[in-house]
Amino acid sequence: MSTTSTTYGARDHARAQAGTVTETMPAIPASTWPDPPAGIDPAKLVWAETVAGGGYTHKVLARGTELRLTDLEGDACAHLLLFNADQPWERLNVADTVKVQWNAYLGEAIALLSDQARVLATVVTDESGKHDALCGTSTVDGNTERYGDGSPQGESPSGNALFTLAAAKHGLTPRDLPPSLSFFQGIHVETDGGLTFTGSAGPGKSVVLRTELPVVVLIANVAHPLDPRPDYTVTPLRVLAQRSAPSTPDGPEWTASPEAQRAFENTADYLTARGIA
Amino acid sequence: MTIVSDTEVAARAPYSTVLRKGETLAIVDLGGNQAVDFLCYDAADTAKRYSAAATISAQRNIFLTTGSVLRTGEGAPLLTVVGDTCGRHDTIGGACSKESNSLRYGQHTRYQHACVENFLTEGAKWGLAKRDLVSNVNWYMNVPVEQDGTLGIVDGISAPGMEVKLRAETDVLVLVSNCPQINNPCNGFDPTPVRMIVTGGDV
Repeated sequence: MSTTSTTYGARDHARAQAGTVTETMPAIPASTWPDPPAGIDPAKLVWAETVAGGGYTHKVLARGTELRLTDLEGDACAHLLLFNADQPWERLNVADTVKVQWNAYLGEAIALLSDQARVLATVVTDESGKHDALCGTSTVDGNTERYGDGSPQGESPSGNALFTLAAAKHGLTPRDLPPSLSFFQGIHVETDGGLTFTGSAGPGKSVVLRTELPVVVLIANVAHPLDPRPDYTVTPLRVLAQRSAPSTPDGPEWTASPEAQRAFENTADYLTARGIA
Repeated sequence: MTIVSDTEVAARAPYSTVLRKGETLAIVDLGGNQAVDFLCYDAADTAKRYSAAATISAQRNIFLTTGSVLRTGEGAPLLTVVGDTCGRHDTIGGACSKESNSLRYGQHTRYQHACVENFLTEGAKWGLAKRDLVSNVNWYMNVPVEQDGTLGIVDGISAPGMEVKLRAETDVLVLVSNCPQINNPCNGFDPTPVRMIVTGGDV
């Protein structure tokens, strides 16, 4: 008879698992994160987690939070969606993000714009430079064709499948999912419109975003749809978020362009009327 | 060839129709250099809708022309470009809105016409709402990307009478805003009508 054949034995077995530490898991509370890097104050941490390759995570963050994403081993790909947490029908708009700022690529001082012409978050630090705002994420059918499986709990989950699950946990459905951004695996647009996959900047690179509104963050750490490697290749992503302060009118993000400045002004106008800033 | 419908869409106006599988929609740029903002949905399940990202990824190119396949978020084909006398159409610029116009040109544009207003108005007739609006196609709009990443809407390369033809790969709901934009060169600063001709799949 096994030790788990009785209720008491099964309970003891379950409880004995507590305290297990694995490479990919969250720290709860976040302030217990064991090895905060320079620039991170553990007392201010609100989210500390290592997301497995093929995993997803999600969180509601206050305005003025610094969200640091780190590609630990060089093959992470952080597919990202943002929603206004107070009214999730307002969401990331990648077309406006690239069009309004006259720039196809993500990088420092780029504002991640909502469809209501407000700033959901800004890119404040970028050590990678290898990102993508055009190709979106992978699909169940695409991953099934390429890797033999695209199901959310299979060997090579697709970004769409994981976003669908993450969104569901905030009451959102596939209709609420617009095109996403991805960080740490780049593409380049050639003169003829063709796309070249430029891959990763290598291990250890970080990107820091600052939230400018209260946001729902959805992250799927899955292979980029144009990743040419035959095997599904994606390594752990570190997520560390700490309390900070939103951009101010004299900050480099606010003054990055006349368009960004108007987006911050629109955001301030909304927050003022709403009574939250 | 059976003509199912032949509709002139006025400058700044919306349009929608359901194409049956095999039918072809010709979009004729009557005045030249008119941007035609365009979304499409699986008519049987509008949650399956055009995805710029899936379309771009599948063809590894941001421009649309003959042979391009407009795909849903899951990669399923909705429409195939089967004819194109212009040669370049945009996938990344999205639609103008009163909100985005406030960023691009200033707050004085808040009361001008915008494509999102057309999409919301016309989409409501089919039970679609704001959450159903995603990055769209802009037929005839020219959005090059420079090698340093700078992109923008520049003078079009279309001309009067140019035509793009789309074949429906399933029953497809088409939603159009004949772009009213007057602040950038997508219309040569002068919106003009377009013609929508649906022909049967019997030839």
